[in-house]
Amino acid sequence: MEETAAKPRRSGGGGRQCCICHERRPALKRPKTLEQICRECFYAVFEEEIHQVIVENQLFKPGERIGIGASGGKDSTVLAYVLSELNKRHNYGLDLFLLSVDEGITGYRDDSLETVKRNEVQYGLPLKIVSYKDLYGWTMDEIVKMIGLKNNCTFCGVFRRQALDRGAALLKVDKLATGHNADDIAETVLLNILRGDIARLSRCTSITTGEDGPIPRCKPFKYSYEKEIVMYAYFKKLDYFSTECIYSPNAYRGFAREFIKDLERIRPRAILDIIKSGEDFRIATSTKMPEQGTCERCGYISSQKWCKACVLLEGLNRGMPKLGIGRSRGLNSNQMKTDKPTSRTKSIESKQCGSLDF
Amino acid sequence: MQLTVEFGGGLELLCDSVKVHTVNVEVPNGAQKLTMRDFLTWVHKNLIKERPEMFIKGDTVRPGVLVLVNDCDWELSGQLETTLEEKDVVVFISTLHGG
Repeated sequence: MEETAAKPRRSGGGGRQCCICHERRPALKRPKTLEQICRECFYAVFEEEIHQVIVENQLFKPGERIGIGASGGKDSTVLAYVLSELNKRHNYGLDLFLLSVDEGITGYRDDSLETVKRNEVQYGLPLKIVSYKDLYGWTMDEIVKMIGLKNNCTFCGVFRRQALDRGAALLKVDKLATGHNADDIAETVLLNILRGDIARLSRCTSITTGEDGPIPRCKPFKYSYEKEIVMYAYFKKLDYFSTECIYSPNAYRGFAREFIKDLERIRPRAILDIIKSGEDFRIATSTKMPEQGTCERCGYISSQKWCKACVLLEGLNRGMPKLGIGRSRGLNSNQMKTDKPTSRTKSIESKQCGSLDF
Repeated sequence: MQLTVEFGGGLELLCDSVKVHTVNVEVPNGAQKLTMRDFLTWVHKNLIKERPEMFIKGDTVRPGVLVLVNDCDWELSGQLETTLEEKDVVVFISTLHGG
């Protein structure tokens, strides 16, 4: 896959060398450590760090079936490639599968799924695709036609999370690995602090979540910087798809993401420091946390009588799509009996397609 | 000066979805060399067709946009002060676009 690249004509300062091998010219400056390293050493340290994260956190056990959430984007593409490589190199003994969600967004998801289908062939990993149409009877195209662009990310984020779990159950996997990286997690820490969301704040830095839920999820890239994931994909010439979701064209302008990138430019280590801060938050034992139960209607995990997806789906099917939009979680135990949704301040929409739930 | 410019990670969407551009750039009047600072201004003016704020912030690239000159991180070669030479390849990759 990798071709011999022409040597760069110049590097930082004449004759500077990679600080690891002291032989080759450096190709990048690592944001995490500010080290200047060559391409080959970069591959080695990037992969080894992920291996260390996997081992130290005991993310996987031999013989496990692992689903990889695959969107066709850079994070999941690199994750699939690296997990496949490490599984062979270190004999983890895992069966790996690609799992994709088809939201039914014409011109966007169909193109990105083509990328995942190519990845299936390139990496030799079986692919399962679950669609909103099959699971919920609605595509995102249809949902947006009903409710417009505002709030459609709420539907998509809720449906996708559940769709991944349902797809994972169909594959009978033991765990689901997602490509959330250090930048994503730092951003989520900030958002949850700004929202005062204590329940999510205690969850969003965990490398493994949902161990008491349907299928545990883990984040092998928790400490990997987005810059390095992109550089790795570029140097390895990995095939990935990158474009905006057509229904949230301004999602990338979110305050927290821009803030994280500005911080990274000033002091790259800030990303890891924010994650560390998130990990170190202590929640008073007297603080009441939502209790987890199951949805009366579909059996999915829920802290309410009905899970969020069923509430949204009920609204769609009854022609009242605003049902379930804008209510604070846990405030209204009779929400299914409420005739009119109350208006509330909308959550900060920062991440694309509202995928804030970790 | 002839250069090749590549846009990736979704930035090509700002340039009529064209990923690779071969361009001829004049060295600014009176200058002896072309720097990335001058070149960014040129790219911003001549290649970016929509949403320039996704590419430029202040006088440099927007945070989250990676720049490679001949496959080498521009952070190693002086960033805005990097000197360009004939037939250099400049790559801009966005980490901001999702997928």
